[in-house]
Amino acid sequence: MSDNHNHGGEHHPDPLSYAEARTKAIESLLIEKGLLSTDAIDARVQAYEQDIGPLNGARVVARAWTDEGYRKRLLSDGTSAIGEMGFFGAQGAEIVVLENTPETHNVVVCTLCSCYPWPVLGLPPRWYKSDAYRARVVIEPRAVLEEFGLVLHESVEVRVWDSNSDIRYMVLPERPEGTEGMGEDELTSLVTRDSMVGVSKAKSPALTT
Amino acid sequence: MNGVHDMGGMHGFGPIEIEADEPVFHEAWEGRLYGMVTSIREEHDVYGPYGSRHYIENIPPAQYLASSYYERWMLALESALVNKGLLTAEELDARTMHFADDPTADTPKSLDPELAARVRQRIYTPQSLEQKADSPPRFAPGDAVVVRNIHPEGHTRLPRYVRGKRGVVARIFGAQGFQDEPTVADGSPQHVYSVVFEASELWGENAESNQRLYIDMWECWMEAAD
Repeated sequence: MSDNHNHGGEHHPDPLSYAEARTKAIESLLIEKGLLSTDAIDARVQAYEQDIGPLNGARVVARAWTDEGYRKRLLSDGTSAIGEMGFFGAQGAEIVVLENTPETHNVVVCTLCSCYPWPVLGLPPRWYKSDAYRARVVIEPRAVLEEFGLVLHESVEVRVWDSNSDIRYMVLPERPEGTEGMGEDELTSLVTRDSMVGVSKAKSPALTT
Repeated sequence: MNGVHDMGGMHGFGPIEIEADEPVFHEAWEGRLYGMVTSIREEHDVYGPYGSRHYIENIPPAQYLASSYYERWMLALESALVNKGLLTAEELDARTMHFADDPTADTPKSLDPELAARVRQRIYTPQSLEQKADSPPRFAPGDAVVVRNIHPEGHTRLPRYVRGKRGVVARIFGAQGFQDEPTVADGSPQHVYSVVFEASELWGENAESNQRLYIDMWECWMEAAD
């Protein structure tokens, strides 16, 4: 009957995209040949889905905002200072931290591919990997930053860092006004991924609940 | 190589598409691909001395531009696996057809706790660039330099937009192994510098005001400016 047209017939699953089918093919062959195992692939996926992400970097920033000695170590030897917090490993052999100030604004890109400091920020967002960001932020950074909602006064020097070697860059954003007396945990919640790439500022406490 | 991947300064890509609260992987296959690439390159050195970049940069330009980030990783991985003789294009095509014909078919599962532990451990193991150059640095902070106008056909980390341009050494980093395919130097460690360029030097009248660009430079790419 007509009210039964969705049921009882042969079920047609959605077709796979080419990339889905191809990736399944690669995985099944690598596993059959004993070159990789399911749990090894899972380990990589889980680490970056569940553990390593921008919260790591936010903790580093919040500590730098509250501990002057740490801030100095972070700016003079980022890798070691970040390592003190327990963050190191893949794509973090050398991390250089760039401090944003009222006079200087740093923003990071990788024009050749999409290099990114994984131990502190996790895997990059799509916009960071996009052709548009890679192409444009070196030639028109102010225009790009405006698309992120960040308008900088002409007196602010914009420094764009192209991560073309094995050094990775992270931005130490300015501590927002109105955060005096806040502890590290509260400050951590104001530090966004985008502020540590340099396309935005840290959140203002007035705008959060 | 003067490839389409060397995008700094290109026009025509439109606005930045910003997605709020995006997931780490948008689709499950991206995570599988990411997991395969990062674990197999450590286990079996499938990419060789210039890494996955060599294979990504050799994707034909039109295909590169039409592919997403993880599709580029996928194309590079399969090229490397075939090139290394770990699988054949024929078996890969046949298996792709199998999954396309039967979307519910699952991949085989295998467990190798030792391998998984090794993969997990590498993610969290401190790394170091820790290389020593044979000679002292040729340049010091404040030195005016000019970038060599070179166009290597193989992999290079020197973007086109700084070639032939004049900059100033901002700081000296530790030495790193030279990563380009060997045309101007071999892979021995060299001093790496942070070099700063005025935007007007790179982009002329198109430059925005009050902007500078910092880039990492292996020593062999630079000469002293007059």
